[in-house]
Amino acid sequence: MEREEKRIESISRQMGAYSLLFLGAVVSLMPLYWLVMTSLRPAGAEFTYPPEWIPSSFHPENYTVAWNRAPFWIFTFNSILVTFLATMGTIITASMAAYAFARIPFYGRNVWFALTLSTMMLPWAVTLIPRFLLFKYLSLLDSLWPLFLPFWFGGGAFYIFLIRQFIMTLPLEMEEAAVVDGASRLRIFLMITMPLTKPAVAAVGVFSFIHHWNDFMGPLIFTNQESTRTLALGLRYFGDEQFTEFRLVMAVATLMLVPVLVVFFAANKYFVSGVALTGLAGR
Amino acid sequence: MGDAVSMGLRRPAETRTPRWSRKAKSDNITGYLFLAPWVLGFLGFTVGPMLASGYLSLTKYSGFGSTKWIGFENYSKIFSDDLFYTALYNTIYYAFLGVPAQLLVALCLAVLLNMKVRYVNVFRTVYYIPTVTPAVANVFLWVWIFNLDFGLINSLLRLVGIAPVNWLWDPQIVKPALILMSLWSVGQQMVIFLAALQGVPEELLEAAAIDGANNFRRFLRITIPLISPVIFLNLIIGVINLFQTFTVAFIATKGGPINSSLFYVLYIYRKGFESFSMGYASGLAWILFMIILVITALQFYFSQRWVYYESGGAPTT
Repeated sequence: MEREEKRIESISRQMGAYSLLFLGAVVSLMPLYWLVMTSLRPAGAEFTYPPEWIPSSFHPENYTVAWNRAPFWIFTFNSILVTFLATMGTIITASMAAYAFARIPFYGRNVWFALTLSTMMLPWAVTLIPRFLLFKYLSLLDSLWPLFLPFWFGGGAFYIFLIRQFIMTLPLEMEEAAVVDGASRLRIFLMITMPLTKPAVAAVGVFSFIHHWNDFMGPLIFTNQESTRTLALGLRYFGDEQFTEFRLVMAVATLMLVPVLVVFFAANKYFVSGVALTGLAGR
Repeated sequence: MGDAVSMGLRRPAETRTPRWSRKAKSDNITGYLFLAPWVLGFLGFTVGPMLASGYLSLTKYSGFGSTKWIGFENYSKIFSDDLFYTALYNTIYYAFLGVPAQLLVALCLAVLLNMKVRYVNVFRTVYYIPTVTPAVANVFLWVWIFNLDFGLINSLLRLVGIAPVNWLWDPQIVKPALILMSLWSVGQQMVIFLAALQGVPEELLEAAAIDGANNFRRFLRITIPLISPVIFLNLIIGVINLFQTFTVAFIATKGGPINSSLFYVLYIYRKGFESFSMGYASGLAWILFMIILVITALQFYFSQRWVYYESGGAPTT
Protein backbone atom coordinates (compact mmCIF):
# COMPACT_ATOMS: atom_id res chain seq x y z
CA MET A 1 0.00 0.00 0.00
CA GLU A 2 2.72 2.39 1.05
CA ARG A 3 4.63 1.68 -2.12
CA GLU A 4 1.58 2.52 -4.16
CA GLU A 5 1.28 5.88 -2.38
CA LYS A 6 4.91 6.64 -3.02
CA ARG A 7 4.46 5.83 -6.70
CA ILE A 8 1.50 8.19 -6.98
CA GLU A 9 3.40 10.89 -5.16
CA SER A 10 6.34 10.51 -7.54
CA ILE A 11 4.04 10.66 -10.55
CA SER A 12 2.33 13.82 -9.36
CA ARG A 13 5.73 15.30 -8.65
CA GLN A 14 6.83 14.55 -12.21
CA MET A 15 3.64 16.05 -13.57
CA GLY A 16 4.32 19.21 -11.61
CA ALA A 17 7.91 19.31 -12.84
CA TYR A 18 6.88 18.89 -16.46
CA SER A 19 4.15 21.51 -16.32
CA LEU A 20 6.64 24.04 -14.94
CA LEU A 21 9.19 23.08 -17.57
CA PHE A 22 6.58 23.40 -20.31
CA LEU A 23 5.51 26.80 -19.06
CA GLY A 24 9.11 28.00 -19.28
CA ALA A 25 9.44 26.54 -22.78
CA VAL A 26 6.30 28.32 -23.95
CA VAL A 27 7.58 31.66 -22.62
CA SER A 28 10.96 31.02 -24.27
CA LEU A 29 9.51 30.19 -27.66
CA MET A 30 6.47 32.45 -27.85
CA PRO A 31 8.38 35.54 -29.05
CA LEU A 32 10.04 33.45 -31.75
CA TYR A 33 6.66 32.10 -32.84
CA TRP A 34 5.51 35.71 -33.09
CA LEU A 35 8.62 36.51 -35.14
CA VAL A 36 8.04 33.80 -37.71
CA MET A 37 4.28 34.30 -37.89
CA THR A 38 4.66 38.04 -38.44
CA SER A 39 7.14 37.41 -41.24
CA LEU A 40 4.54 35.31 -43.09
CA ARG A 41 1.60 37.69 -42.87
CA PRO A 42 0.05 39.37 -45.90
CA ALA A 43 1.11 42.96 -46.62
CA GLY A 44 -0.45 45.41 -44.18
CA ALA A 45 -1.83 42.61 -42.01
CA GLU A 46 0.62 43.45 -39.24
CA PHE A 47 -1.91 46.08 -38.37
CA THR A 48 -5.14 44.19 -38.17
CA TYR A 49 -7.02 44.40 -34.96
CA PRO A 50 -7.15 42.20 -32.96
CA PRO A 51 -3.84 40.58 -34.05
CA GLU A 52 -4.19 37.15 -35.59
CA TRP A 53 -2.45 34.29 -33.83
CA ILE A 54 -2.32 32.39 -37.08
CA PRO A 55 -2.09 34.44 -40.29
CA SER A 56 -5.19 34.21 -42.49
CA SER A 57 -2.91 33.35 -45.39
CA PHE A 58 0.81 32.57 -45.57
CA HIS A 59 3.10 34.74 -47.66
CA PRO A 60 6.61 33.33 -47.97
CA GLU A 61 7.22 35.84 -50.77
CA ASN A 62 7.75 38.41 -47.99
CA TYR A 63 11.22 36.90 -47.70
CA THR A 64 12.18 37.68 -51.30
CA VAL A 65 10.61 41.12 -51.12
CA ALA A 66 12.58 41.91 -47.95
CA TRP A 67 15.76 40.42 -49.36
CA ASN A 68 15.57 42.63 -52.44
CA ARG A 69 15.08 45.81 -50.46
CA ALA A 70 18.81 46.15 -49.82
CA PRO A 71 22.03 44.49 -50.99
CA PHE A 72 21.61 41.71 -48.46
CA TRP A 73 23.91 39.40 -50.43
CA ILE A 74 26.77 41.81 -49.77
CA PHE A 75 25.82 42.12 -46.10
CA THR A 76 25.69 38.35 -45.75
CA PHE A 77 29.06 37.93 -47.44
CA ASN A 78 30.56 40.56 -45.11
CA SER A 79 29.06 38.91 -42.06
CA ILE A 80 30.41 35.52 -43.05
CA LEU A 81 33.87 36.91 -43.81
CA VAL A 82 34.15 38.88 -40.57
CA THR A 83 32.78 36.04 -38.45
CA PHE A 84 35.14 33.52 -40.05
CA LEU A 85 38.29 35.65 -39.82
CA ALA A 86 37.60 36.86 -36.27
CA THR A 87 36.82 33.35 -35.06
CA MET A 88 39.98 31.92 -36.66
CA GLY A 89 42.07 34.62 -35.03
CA THR A 90 40.45 34.06 -31.67
CA ILE A 91 40.93 30.30 -31.75
CA ILE A 92 44.58 30.44 -32.81
CA THR A 93 45.86 33.26 -30.61
CA ALA A 94 43.70 32.51 -27.55
CA SER A 95 44.92 28.89 -27.60
CA MET A 96 48.53 30.07 -27.72
CA ALA A 97 48.07 32.39 -24.75
CA ALA A 98 46.08 29.75 -22.86
CA TYR A 99 48.82 27.18 -23.44
CA ALA A 100 51.47 29.58 -22.14
CA PHE A 101 49.40 30.31 -19.02
CA ALA A 102 48.65 26.65 -18.37
CA ARG A 103 51.94 24.97 -19.17
CA ILE A 104 54.96 27.25 -19.52
CA PRO A 105 56.45 28.51 -16.24
CA PHE A 106 57.77 31.78 -17.64
CA TYR A 107 58.77 34.79 -15.56
CA GLY A 108 55.82 37.04 -14.67
CA ARG A 109 53.17 34.50 -15.60
CA ASN A 110 50.92 35.12 -12.59
CA VAL A 111 51.03 38.88 -13.07
CA TRP A 112 50.07 38.55 -16.73
CA PHE A 113 47.31 36.13 -15.86
CA ALA A 114 45.86 38.49 -13.26
CA LEU A 115 46.05 41.35 -15.77
CA THR A 116 44.30 39.18 -18.34
CA LEU A 117 41.45 38.37 -15.96
CA SER A 118 41.11 41.99 -14.92
CA THR A 119 40.42 43.05 -18.51
CA MET A 120 37.16 41.10 -18.27
CA MET A 121 35.93 43.73 -15.85
CA LEU A 122 36.96 46.63 -18.03
CA PRO A 123 34.07 48.49 -19.62
CA TRP A 124 34.62 48.38 -23.38
CA ALA A 125 32.98 51.79 -23.67
CA VAL A 126 36.19 53.36 -22.33
CA THR A 127 38.31 52.17 -25.25
CA LEU A 128 35.67 52.79 -27.90
CA ILE A 129 36.67 56.28 -29.05
CA PRO A 130 40.46 55.70 -29.10
CA ARG A 131 39.93 52.48 -31.05
CA PHE A 132 37.87 54.37 -33.56
CA LEU A 133 40.61 57.00 -33.83
CA LEU A 134 43.28 54.30 -34.11
CA PHE A 135 41.58 52.71 -37.10
CA LYS A 136 40.93 56.12 -38.57
CA TYR A 137 44.66 56.89 -38.24
CA LEU A 138 45.45 53.57 -39.94
CA SER A 139 42.95 54.50 -42.72
CA LEU A 140 41.06 51.29 -42.05
CA LEU A 141 37.64 52.82 -41.36
CA ASP A 142 34.95 51.72 -43.80
CA SER A 143 36.74 48.43 -44.29
CA LEU A 144 36.15 45.13 -42.56
CA TRP A 145 39.59 45.15 -40.90
CA PRO A 146 38.55 46.77 -37.60
CA LEU A 147 35.95 44.05 -37.15
CA PHE A 148 38.35 41.12 -37.15
CA LEU A 149 41.94 42.38 -36.78
CA PRO A 150 41.77 42.95 -32.98
CA PHE A 151 40.73 39.34 -32.53
CA TRP A 152 44.03 38.10 -33.92
CA PHE A 153 45.60 39.45 -30.74
CA GLY A 154 44.48 36.94 -28.15
CA GLY A 155 40.78 37.04 -28.92
CA GLY A 156 39.80 38.22 -25.45
CA ALA A 157 40.39 37.30 -21.83
CA PHE A 158 37.24 35.22 -21.54
CA TYR A 159 38.33 32.83 -24.29
CA ILE A 160 41.90 32.57 -23.02
CA PHE A 161 40.59 31.81 -19.55
CA LEU A 162 38.18 29.17 -20.83
CA ILE A 163 40.84 27.27 -22.82
CA ARG A 164 43.40 27.64 -20.05
CA GLN A 165 41.00 26.11 -17.51
CA PHE A 166 40.52 23.17 -19.82
CA ILE A 167 44.23 22.60 -20.48
CA MET A 168 44.80 22.61 -16.70
CA THR A 169 42.58 19.53 -16.42
CA LEU A 170 44.65 17.53 -18.94
CA PRO A 171 47.23 15.06 -17.59
CA LEU A 172 50.87 16.09 -17.99
CA GLU A 173 52.29 12.62 -18.72
CA MET A 174 52.03 12.67 -22.50
CA GLU A 175 53.69 16.05 -22.76
CA GLU A 176 56.49 14.97 -20.44
CA ALA A 177 57.08 11.86 -22.53
CA ALA A 178 57.27 14.05 -25.64
CA VAL A 179 59.87 16.25 -23.95
CA VAL A 180 61.97 13.19 -23.17
CA ASP A 181 61.75 12.34 -26.88
CA GLY A 182 63.13 15.80 -27.61
CA ALA A 183 60.01 17.45 -29.02
CA SER A 184 59.88 21.25 -29.02
CA ARG A 185 57.21 23.29 -27.24
CA LEU A 186 55.61 24.23 -30.52
CA ARG A 187 55.42 20.59 -31.56
CA ILE A 188 53.94 19.55 -28.22
CA PHE A 189 51.41 22.38 -28.45
CA LEU A 190 50.36 21.48 -31.98
CA MET A 191 50.55 17.69 -31.86
CA ILE A 192 49.52 16.83 -28.30
CA THR A 193 47.82 19.66 -26.41
CA MET A 194 45.68 21.13 -29.18
CA PRO A 195 44.07 17.84 -30.27
CA LEU A 196 43.13 17.14 -26.64
CA THR A 197 41.75 20.65 -26.20
CA LYS A 198 39.16 20.27 -28.96
CA PRO A 199 36.06 20.52 -26.71
CA ALA A 200 37.18 23.85 -25.25
CA VAL A 201 38.26 25.17 -28.64
CA ALA A 202 34.90 24.15 -30.09
CA ALA A 203 33.11 26.02 -27.31
CA VAL A 204 35.21 29.11 -27.98
CA GLY A 205 34.53 28.76 -31.70
CA VAL A 206 30.78 28.67 -31.17
CA PHE A 207 30.83 31.60 -28.73
CA SER A 208 32.93 33.64 -31.10
CA PHE A 209 30.80 32.75 -34.12
CA ILE A 210 27.62 33.86 -32.41
CA HIS A 211 29.23 36.97 -30.97
CA HIS A 212 30.54 38.22 -34.31
CA TRP A 213 27.51 37.20 -36.31
CA ASN A 214 25.30 39.13 -33.88
CA ASP A 215 27.67 42.05 -33.23
CA PHE A 216 26.00 45.39 -33.78
CA MET A 217 28.16 48.01 -32.08
CA GLY A 218 31.38 47.15 -33.96
CA PRO A 219 29.93 47.54 -37.48
CA LEU A 220 27.99 50.62 -36.34
CA ILE A 221 31.12 52.41 -35.19
CA PHE A 222 33.64 51.29 -37.78
CA THR A 223 31.74 50.98 -41.04
CA ASN A 224 29.68 53.57 -42.75
CA GLN A 225 29.35 52.38 -46.31
CA GLU A 226 26.90 50.06 -47.89
CA SER A 227 29.67 47.82 -49.22
CA THR A 228 31.06 47.13 -45.74
CA ARG A 229 27.84 46.65 -43.81
CA THR A 230 27.14 43.39 -42.05
CA LEU A 231 23.76 41.76 -41.66
CA ALA A 232 23.26 43.02 -38.12
CA LEU A 233 23.64 46.57 -39.39
CA GLY A 234 21.79 45.88 -42.62
CA LEU A 235 18.67 45.04 -40.68
CA ARG A 236 18.39 48.72 -39.90
CA TYR A 237 18.26 49.32 -43.63
CA PHE A 238 14.51 49.48 -43.51
CA GLY A 239 14.97 52.96 -42.08
CA ASP A 240 11.79 54.44 -40.75
CA GLU A 241 9.85 51.78 -42.60
CA GLN A 242 11.23 49.37 -40.00
CA PHE A 243 8.40 50.42 -37.73
CA THR A 244 5.73 50.11 -40.39
CA GLU A 245 6.70 47.04 -42.39
CA PHE A 246 7.26 44.68 -39.55
CA ARG A 247 6.67 41.60 -41.66
CA LEU A 248 9.72 42.43 -43.81
CA VAL A 249 11.96 43.23 -40.86
CA MET A 250 10.85 40.01 -39.18
CA ALA A 251 11.60 38.07 -42.37
CA VAL A 252 15.22 39.28 -42.47
CA ALA A 253 15.53 38.78 -38.71
CA THR A 254 14.36 35.19 -39.16
CA LEU A 255 16.91 34.62 -41.91
CA MET A 256 19.63 36.06 -39.70
CA LEU A 257 18.64 33.76 -36.87
CA VAL A 258 18.83 30.56 -38.94
CA PRO A 259 22.65 30.17 -39.10
CA VAL A 260 22.92 30.90 -35.39
CA LEU A 261 20.38 28.22 -34.57
CA VAL A 262 22.08 25.71 -36.88
CA VAL A 263 25.44 26.28 -35.19
CA PHE A 264 23.82 26.26 -31.77
CA PHE A 265 22.07 22.93 -32.33
CA ALA A 266 25.09 21.35 -33.97
CA ALA A 267 27.42 22.36 -31.15
CA ASN A 268 24.97 22.49 -28.27
CA LYS A 269 27.07 20.12 -26.19
CA TYR A 270 30.18 22.29 -26.39
CA PHE A 271 28.21 25.45 -25.89
CA VAL A 272 26.67 24.54 -22.57
CA SER A 273 29.84 22.91 -21.32
CA GLY A 274 31.80 26.01 -22.26
CA VAL A 275 29.65 28.26 -20.12
CA ALA A 276 29.76 25.71 -17.34
CA LEU A 277 33.54 25.75 -17.49
CA THR A 278 33.61 29.47 -16.88
CA GLY A 279 31.49 28.85 -13.81
CA LEU A 280 34.69 27.44 -12.36
CA ALA A 281 35.83 31.01 -12.05
CA GLY A 282 33.72 31.44 -8.98
CA ARG A 283 34.93 28.29 -7.28
CA MET B 1 25.40 16.64 -21.26
CA GLY B 2 27.29 14.09 -19.16
CA ASP B 3 30.34 15.42 -20.91
CA ALA B 4 29.46 18.96 -19.93
CA VAL B 5 28.93 18.13 -16.30
CA SER B 6 32.22 16.35 -15.95
CA MET B 7 33.93 19.22 -17.70
CA GLY B 8 32.28 21.79 -15.54
CA LEU B 9 32.89 20.12 -12.26
CA ARG B 10 36.37 18.77 -12.57
CA ARG B 11 38.65 21.12 -10.79
CA PRO B 12 41.78 22.16 -12.65
CA ALA B 13 44.81 20.15 -11.57
CA GLU B 14 47.25 22.03 -9.38
CA THR B 15 49.94 23.72 -11.39
CA ARG B 16 52.82 21.37 -11.07
CA THR B 17 56.26 22.61 -11.87
CA PRO B 18 57.05 20.49 -14.90
CA ARG B 19 60.20 18.41 -14.88
CA TRP B 20 61.85 20.57 -17.50
CA SER B 21 61.87 23.65 -15.27
CA ARG B 22 65.67 23.67 -15.46
CA LYS B 23 65.32 25.18 -18.86
CA ALA B 24 64.08 28.37 -17.23
CA LYS B 25 65.59 30.67 -19.81
CA SER B 26 64.14 28.95 -22.83
CA ASP B 27 60.79 28.79 -20.99
CA ASN B 28 60.84 32.55 -20.64
CA ILE B 29 61.46 32.97 -24.34
CA THR B 30 58.89 30.44 -25.55
CA GLY B 31 56.39 31.60 -22.92
CA TYR B 32 56.45 35.15 -24.17
CA LEU B 33 56.45 34.02 -27.79
CA PHE B 34 53.21 32.12 -27.19
CA LEU B 35 51.82 35.07 -25.30
CA ALA B 36 53.07 37.66 -27.80
CA PRO B 37 49.82 38.23 -29.73
CA TRP B 38 47.86 38.72 -26.54
CA VAL B 39 50.47 41.01 -24.97
CA LEU B 40 50.58 43.14 -28.14
CA GLY B 41 46.79 43.25 -28.25
CA PHE B 42 46.60 44.09 -24.56
CA LEU B 43 48.96 47.02 -25.06
CA GLY B 44 47.60 48.15 -28.43
CA PHE B 45 43.88 47.65 -27.99
CA THR B 46 43.40 48.03 -24.23
CA VAL B 47 46.16 49.87 -22.34
CA GLY B 48 46.97 52.26 -25.19
CA PRO B 49 43.36 53.23 -25.88
CA MET B 50 42.69 53.64 -22.16
CA LEU B 51 45.56 56.08 -21.79
CA ALA B 52 44.57 57.81 -25.01
CA SER B 53 41.03 58.12 -23.72
CA GLY B 54 42.33 59.69 -20.50
CA TYR B 55 44.39 62.18 -22.51
CA LEU B 56 41.51 62.99 -24.89
CA SER B 57 39.24 63.71 -21.94
CA LEU B 58 41.51 66.65 -21.12
CA THR B 59 41.25 68.10 -24.61
CA LYS B 60 38.76 69.50 -27.05
CA TYR B 61 38.71 67.24 -30.08
CA SER B 62 36.20 66.77 -32.87
CA GLY B 63 37.81 63.71 -34.43
CA PHE B 64 39.28 65.87 -37.18
CA GLY B 65 42.18 68.31 -37.07
CA SER B 66 44.17 68.60 -33.88
CA THR B 67 43.47 68.26 -30.18
CA LYS B 68 43.34 71.34 -27.97
CA TRP B 69 44.42 71.00 -24.33
CA ILE B 70 41.76 72.36 -21.99
CA GLY B 71 42.60 70.68 -18.69
CA PHE B 72 39.62 69.61 -16.60
CA GLU B 73 37.11 71.74 -18.46
CA ASN B 74 35.27 68.72 -19.89
CA TYR B 75 34.80 67.31 -16.42
CA SER B 76 33.47 70.53 -14.96
CA LYS B 77 31.08 70.79 -17.92
CA ILE B 78 29.97 67.19 -17.41
CA PHE B 79 29.21 67.77 -13.75
CA SER B 80 26.89 70.63 -14.62
CA ASP B 81 25.27 68.76 -17.53
CA ASP B 82 21.66 67.79 -16.83
CA LEU B 83 21.69 65.04 -19.44
CA PHE B 84 24.70 63.45 -17.71
CA TYR B 85 22.67 63.09 -14.53
CA THR B 86 19.64 61.84 -16.48
CA ALA B 87 21.75 59.20 -18.22
CA LEU B 88 23.41 58.20 -14.96
CA TYR B 89 20.08 57.92 -13.16
CA ASN B 90 18.55 55.84 -15.97
CA THR B 91 21.54 53.52 -16.05
CA ILE B 92 21.67 53.02 -12.28
CA TYR B 93 17.90 52.42 -12.21
CA TYR B 94 18.21 49.90 -15.02
CA ALA B 95 21.19 48.08 -13.52
CA PHE B 96 20.03 48.03 -9.90
CA LEU B 97 16.60 46.69 -10.80
CA GLY B 98 17.65 44.66 -13.83
CA VAL B 99 20.55 42.67 -12.38
CA PRO B 100 18.65 41.21 -9.37
CA ALA B 101 15.67 40.47 -11.60
CA GLN B 102 17.87 38.72 -14.15
CA LEU B 103 19.70 36.69 -11.52
CA LEU B 104 16.43 35.64 -9.88
CA VAL B 105 14.92 34.48 -13.17
CA ALA B 106 18.15 32.75 -14.21
CA LEU B 107 18.36 30.95 -10.86
CA CYS B 108 14.73 29.82 -11.00
CA LEU B 109 15.23 28.48 -14.53
CA ALA B 110 18.41 26.71 -13.43
CA VAL B 111 16.56 25.09 -10.52
CA LEU B 112 13.87 23.91 -12.94
CA LEU B 113 16.51 22.48 -15.27
CA ASN B 114 18.26 20.78 -12.37
CA MET B 115 15.21 18.59 -11.65
CA LYS B 116 15.84 14.92 -12.14
CA VAL B 117 13.31 14.18 -14.85
CA ARG B 118 13.67 12.71 -18.32
CA TYR B 119 14.15 14.90 -21.40
CA VAL B 120 15.38 17.76 -19.25
CA ASN B 121 18.17 18.22 -21.84
CA VAL B 122 15.61 19.20 -24.44
CA PHE B 123 14.30 21.94 -22.18
CA ARG B 124 17.83 23.10 -21.49
CA THR B 125 18.34 23.68 -25.20
CA VAL B 126 14.99 25.40 -25.61
CA TYR B 127 15.60 27.75 -22.67
CA TYR B 128 18.90 28.80 -24.17
CA ILE B 129 17.57 29.68 -27.64
CA PRO B 130 16.51 33.27 -26.77
CA THR B 131 20.07 33.99 -25.68
CA VAL B 132 21.57 33.22 -29.09
CA THR B 133 19.06 35.41 -30.93
CA PRO B 134 20.96 38.33 -32.54
CA ALA B 135 20.58 41.49 -30.46
CA VAL B 136 19.27 43.54 -33.39
CA ALA B 137 16.68 40.95 -34.35
CA ASN B 138 15.81 40.68 -30.67
CA VAL B 139 15.22 44.42 -30.37
CA PHE B 140 13.03 44.67 -33.47
CA LEU B 141 11.09 41.64 -32.33
CA TRP B 142 10.42 43.18 -28.93
CA VAL B 143 9.48 46.56 -30.35
CA TRP B 144 6.83 44.62 -32.19
CA ILE B 145 5.84 42.53 -29.16
CA PHE B 146 5.49 45.70 -27.07
CA ASN B 147 3.40 47.46 -29.75
CA LEU B 148 0.44 49.22 -28.15
CA ASP B 149 -2.35 48.00 -30.44
CA PHE B 150 -0.96 45.05 -32.33
CA GLY B 151 1.67 43.60 -29.99
CA LEU B 152 1.79 40.17 -28.43
CA ILE B 153 1.84 41.25 -24.78
CA ASN B 154 -1.10 43.62 -25.00
CA SER B 155 -3.07 40.98 -26.90
CA LEU B 156 -2.45 38.57 -24.04
CA LEU B 157 -3.41 41.22 -21.49
CA ARG B 158 -6.62 41.90 -23.38
CA LEU B 159 -7.49 38.20 -23.22
CA VAL B 160 -7.52 38.39 -19.44
CA GLY B 161 -9.27 41.77 -19.44
CA ILE B 162 -6.37 44.08 -18.57
CA ALA B 163 -6.14 47.42 -20.35
CA PRO B 164 -3.26 47.66 -22.84
CA VAL B 165 -0.04 49.27 -21.64
CA ASN B 166 2.00 51.70 -23.71
CA TRP B 167 5.22 49.85 -22.92
CA LEU B 168 7.90 51.72 -24.83
CA TRP B 169 6.37 55.17 -25.12
CA ASP B 170 5.47 55.93 -21.52
CA PRO B 171 8.38 57.52 -19.60
CA GLN B 172 7.26 55.77 -16.43
CA ILE B 173 7.14 52.32 -17.96
CA VAL B 174 9.89 52.20 -20.57
CA LYS B 175 12.68 51.15 -18.19
CA PRO B 176 10.72 48.35 -16.50
CA ALA B 177 9.64 47.26 -20.00
CA LEU B 178 13.27 47.05 -21.15
CA ILE B 179 14.13 45.07 -18.03
CA LEU B 180 11.24 42.70 -18.77
CA MET B 181 12.63 42.29 -22.27
CA SER B 182 16.11 41.52 -20.96
CA LEU B 183 14.69 38.74 -18.78
CA TRP B 184 13.93 36.81 -21.93
CA SER B 185 17.60 36.12 -22.65
CA VAL B 186 19.32 35.20 -19.39
CA GLY B 187 20.64 31.89 -20.73
CA GLN B 188 24.26 32.66 -19.95
CA GLN B 189 23.65 33.23 -16.23
CA MET B 190 21.22 30.30 -16.20
CA VAL B 191 23.80 27.81 -17.44
CA ILE B 192 26.43 29.08 -15.00
CA PHE B 193 23.93 28.61 -12.15
CA LEU B 194 23.03 25.18 -13.46
CA ALA B 195 26.66 24.04 -13.40
CA ALA B 196 26.93 25.30 -9.83
CA LEU B 197 23.72 23.54 -8.75
CA GLN B 198 25.02 20.30 -10.15
CA GLY B 199 28.09 20.70 -7.97
CA VAL B 200 26.09 20.77 -4.75
CA PRO B 201 26.80 17.43 -3.04
CA GLU B 202 23.71 15.19 -2.87
CA GLU B 203 24.77 13.84 0.56
CA LEU B 204 24.48 17.22 2.23
CA LEU B 205 20.92 17.72 0.99
CA GLU B 206 19.93 14.18 2.00
CA ALA B 207 21.43 14.60 5.46
CA ALA B 208 19.42 17.79 5.95
CA ALA B 209 16.26 16.03 4.74
CA ILE B 210 16.76 13.33 7.36
CA ASP B 211 17.10 16.08 9.96
CA GLY B 212 13.63 17.23 8.89
CA ALA B 213 14.46 20.29 6.77
CA ASN B 214 11.93 20.88 3.99
CA ASN B 215 12.80 21.65 0.37
CA PHE B 216 12.70 25.39 0.72
CA ARG B 217 14.81 25.43 3.87
CA ARG B 218 17.38 23.14 2.31
CA PHE B 219 17.59 25.41 -0.71
CA LEU B 220 18.01 28.51 1.44
CA ARG B 221 20.42 27.09 3.98
CA ILE B 222 22.52 24.67 1.94
CA THR B 223 22.21 25.29 -1.77
CA ILE B 224 22.40 29.09 -1.71
CA PRO B 225 25.55 29.30 0.46
CA LEU B 226 27.24 26.60 -1.62
CA ILE B 227 26.56 28.38 -4.90
CA SER B 228 27.18 31.86 -3.49
CA PRO B 229 30.54 32.22 -5.30
CA VAL B 230 28.71 31.77 -8.60
CA ILE B 231 25.95 34.19 -7.59
CA PHE B 232 28.75 36.66 -6.90
CA LEU B 233 30.35 36.00 -10.30
CA ASN B 234 27.02 36.55 -12.09
CA LEU B 235 26.40 39.68 -10.06
CA ILE B 236 29.74 41.25 -10.99
CA ILE B 237 29.38 40.41 -14.69
CA GLY B 238 25.73 41.47 -14.70
CA VAL B 239 26.41 44.91 -13.27
CA ILE B 240 29.25 45.56 -15.73
CA ASN B 241 27.08 44.46 -18.66
CA LEU B 242 23.94 46.38 -17.75
CA PHE B 243 25.92 49.54 -17.07
CA GLN B 244 26.89 49.38 -20.74
CA THR B 245 23.46 48.78 -22.27
CA PHE B 246 23.36 50.34 -25.70
CA THR B 247 21.77 48.50 -28.61
CA VAL B 248 18.25 48.28 -27.25
CA ALA B 249 17.98 51.97 -26.41
CA PHE B 250 19.76 52.97 -29.62
CA ILE B 251 17.36 51.09 -31.90
CA ALA B 252 14.10 50.65 -30.05
CA THR B 253 13.50 53.82 -28.08
CA LYS B 254 16.28 56.14 -29.34
CA GLY B 255 16.68 57.20 -25.72
CA GLY B 256 13.11 58.35 -25.45
CA PRO B 257 10.46 59.12 -24.51
CA ILE B 258 11.76 62.41 -23.07
CA ASN B 259 15.18 60.87 -22.41
CA SER B 260 13.75 58.31 -20.02
CA SER B 261 15.76 55.53 -21.69
CA LEU B 262 18.85 57.62 -22.40
CA PHE B 263 21.42 55.19 -21.02
CA TYR B 264 24.98 56.16 -20.26
CA VAL B 265 26.71 54.50 -23.21
CA LEU B 266 24.08 55.85 -25.59
CA TYR B 267 24.93 59.31 -24.28
CA ILE B 268 28.65 58.63 -24.85
CA TYR B 269 27.86 57.53 -28.40
CA ARG B 270 25.79 60.63 -29.10
CA LYS B 271 28.45 62.97 -27.76
CA GLY B 272 31.32 61.18 -29.50
CA PHE B 273 29.86 60.06 -32.81
CA GLU B 274 26.92 62.37 -33.39
CA SER B 275 28.07 65.73 -31.93
CA PHE B 276 31.77 64.85 -32.51
CA SER B 277 32.77 66.04 -29.02
CA MET B 278 35.26 63.24 -28.61
CA GLY B 279 37.05 64.86 -25.69
CA TYR B 280 33.81 65.28 -23.79
CA ALA B 281 32.73 61.74 -24.63
CA SER B 282 36.09 60.41 -23.40
CA GLY B 283 35.52 62.22 -20.12
CA LEU B 284 32.11 60.57 -19.85
CA ALA B 285 33.72 57.20 -20.55
CA TRP B 286 36.33 57.67 -17.83
CA ILE B 287 33.66 58.62 -15.31
CA LEU B 288 31.80 55.43 -16.23
CA PHE B 289 35.00 53.45 -15.78
CA MET B 290 35.50 54.93 -12.30
CA ILE B 291 31.89 54.24 -11.31
CA ILE B 292 32.11 50.61 -12.41
CA LEU B 293 35.46 50.26 -10.64
CA VAL B 294 34.03 51.57 -7.36
CA ILE B 295 30.89 49.42 -7.58
CA THR B 296 32.94 46.31 -8.36
CA ALA B 297 35.34 47.05 -5.49
CA LEU B 298 32.40 47.55 -3.11
CA GLN B 299 30.92 44.26 -4.23
CA PHE B 300 34.20 42.47 -3.56
CA TYR B 301 34.38 44.14 -0.15
CA PHE B 302 30.85 43.15 0.86
CA SER B 303 31.22 39.70 -0.66
CA GLN B 304 33.23 38.65 2.41
CA ARG B 305 29.98 38.81 4.36
CA TRP B 306 27.89 36.54 2.23
CA VAL B 307 30.01 34.60 -0.22
CA TYR B 308 31.04 31.22 1.11
CA TYR B 309 34.22 29.56 -0.11
CA GLU B 310 34.60 25.90 0.73
CA SER B 311 38.37 26.15 0.71
CA GLY B 312 38.29 29.39 2.66
CA GLY B 313 40.36 31.00 -0.10
CA ALA B 314 39.89 34.34 -1.79
CA PRO B 315 37.84 34.61 -4.96
CA THR B 316 39.82 33.87 -8.10
CA THR B 317 38.16 36.44 -10.29
